Amino acid sequence: MAVETLTQKPPGPLLSFWLAFRENRGAVIGLAIVCFVVFIAVFANFLAPYNPLEQYRDFTKLPPIWAEGGNWAHPLGTDPLGRDMLSRILYGSRISLFIGLSVMLVSAVVGVSLGLLAAFWGGMVDVIIIRVMDLIMAIPSLVLAILIIAVIGPNLTNTIIAVTIVYLPRYVRLVRASALSELSKDYVVAARVAGVGPWRLMIKTVLPNCMAPLIVQAALGISDAILEAAGLGFLGLGAQPPMPEWGSMLADSKDLITSHPWVMALPGMAILITVLAINLMGDGLRDALDPRLRKS
Amino acid sequence: MSLPLGNERRMSQVLNAQDLTRYYSVSRGAFKEAAILKAVDGASFTLERGKTLAVVGESGCGKSTLARLVTMIELPTSGGLNIAGHDIVGATSQTLRGLRPKVQIVFQNPYGSLNPRQKIGSILEEPLLVNTNMPKAERGEKARAMMSRVGLRPEHYERYPHMFSGGQRQRIAIARALMLDPEILVLDEPVSALDISIQAQVLNLLAKLQQQHNLAYLFISHDLSVVKHIADEVMVMYLGRVVEQGTRDSIFKKPQHPYTKALLSATPTPDPARKRERIVLKGELPSPLNPPAGCTFHPRCPIAFEKCGRENPNLVAHEQSLVACHAVNDPYPETKAA
Repeated sequence: MAVETLTQKPPGPLLSFWLAFRENRGAVIGLAIVCFVVFIAVFANFLAPYNPLEQYRDFTKLPPIWAEGGNWAHPLGTDPLGRDMLSRILYGSRISLFIGLSVMLVSAVVGVSLGLLAAFWGGMVDVIIIRVMDLIMAIPSLVLAILIIAVIGPNLTNTIIAVTIVYLPRYVRLVRASALSELSKDYVVAARVAGVGPWRLMIKTVLPNCMAPLIVQAALGISDAILEAAGLGFLGLGAQPPMPEWGSMLADSKDLITSHPWVMALPGMAILITVLAINLMGDGLRDALDPRLRKS
Repeated sequence: MSLPLGNERRMSQVLNAQDLTRYYSVSRGAFKEAAILKAVDGASFTLERGKTLAVVGESGCGKSTLARLVTMIELPTSGGLNIAGHDIVGATSQTLRGLRPKVQIVFQNPYGSLNPRQKIGSILEEPLLVNTNMPKAERGEKARAMMSRVGLRPEHYERYPHMFSGGQRQRIAIARALMLDPEILVLDEPVSALDISIQAQVLNLLAKLQQQHNLAYLFISHDLSVVKHIADEVMVMYLGRVVEQGTRDSIFKKPQHPYTKALLSATPTPDPARKRERIVLKGELPSPLNPPAGCTFHPRCPIAFEKCGRENPNLVAHEQSLVACHAVNDPYPETKAA
């Protein structure tokens, strides 16, 4: 028993994941920024100095404090209608993260279901699902999103629907491919021989073993969805004014790019930082979850 | 075509296969007809409680397909398969579901046969969870009891498969197979992935469990020294066909079929003084998609004669075994090639 107490307990899956994740400094920085953005989004109503929709007509196109003529009342300046830029950007993080997360959730759930169905049933089910996904992938994503918005009308919910459809094939193909490779393994046959039914086999046996690539795809999918939604917002097809969405803020201020560049630069910076941070974190996730890339 | 049965043997019989075949159609591209691969072509055998039938042969001879047929993962193309008094062919899915627990399998590769995301406890309890209404506490108790029976320690219950060595994993796989109290255990090369010292431990464990549970084993192997140790009856397969079938002693002491003789002569013996006559077969194993006409073994057979390329020999009783060979059953000494 003395030997037993001396042997160190092997690290649990979460701890060993964190140890591997910590190796990648960029990923840790990304994670910190993502946490910061989430914090801002959750507490935007406490952090923002003003109502993002309120127009201060006395202070239109006010530059940020570091530029000449800046005013501490509006640290990041105001837009052409006199709305406080800082408040709008803080509130905008809510919308962007909401879009990113809901697109990720819906497309992951629907994608996992379709991918598992295709892998398990095979035959015609597989052919139909995969061909439809090929069809979606054959059309450039933004063009398809515009097309869907044109049909169902521009608003925030429809933006989410459109972006979800555009990003669905990635999840379906990913899940189908990893489920197929898992299905050929002996433990699946053993479960079948033990009498495990198809639904339990799908969800309890195979799906947990496909999770690692799926988590990475989902994390990176958030940033793609934010970018796509911002693109739609810029084209006037996403969130509608006066909603403080980063993409539509860019669009509103595009005429001012030469005269008042900060009005356009600030929401652009917000998009850049958020997307970059999520991508850095996603890369770290992939490295940490894939044992082949792990430097143990 | 199986060995004559006494009444006593019929009583203990749990599986009876008659002329079992399994063909696969293999697509060879868009403009060619699909080819037919005869993975198992007419195998007849019985399994009895407390006895071991060993199936030996090279890779690709249909051993593993036989395992898949017996475990009902696949249904036979033709032939009869009767498990514990129920016919598999034409059975309803409900009957099949009821029969599933009676036949369990242990795979060759202990690294692929355990779900890496399940703890040992839940791996062992899963068969009970899906097949019985046993309460959770009772399942856990049964799992722990089974763990001690296969030589695992109680603290292993909470661990994941990647924390175990190959031999321990194979013990876990055996424990899982026994959770449903099966009558037949299919062992698909259960020790060939293990170290030689671990092999002996696992084989002894299997022998002990067979006695305790009165299990029928279908032991698939290419290792004749292991087969000699564990088998009661032996079935030798070549390209999907049974070429010789008999008791262990008759096969090992007096092999009849030239293929069996060649296999036995290739088994290493740890006795440097003993002179062995090694029969080296000519050529390669032919493609099972395009097997030779007549006896599938004739292009490589040292004693083949003219009839062998023409007619496929039947499995016929000869001395104590069943042999499928023209040279043994129906020799034409004058035409026999040297």
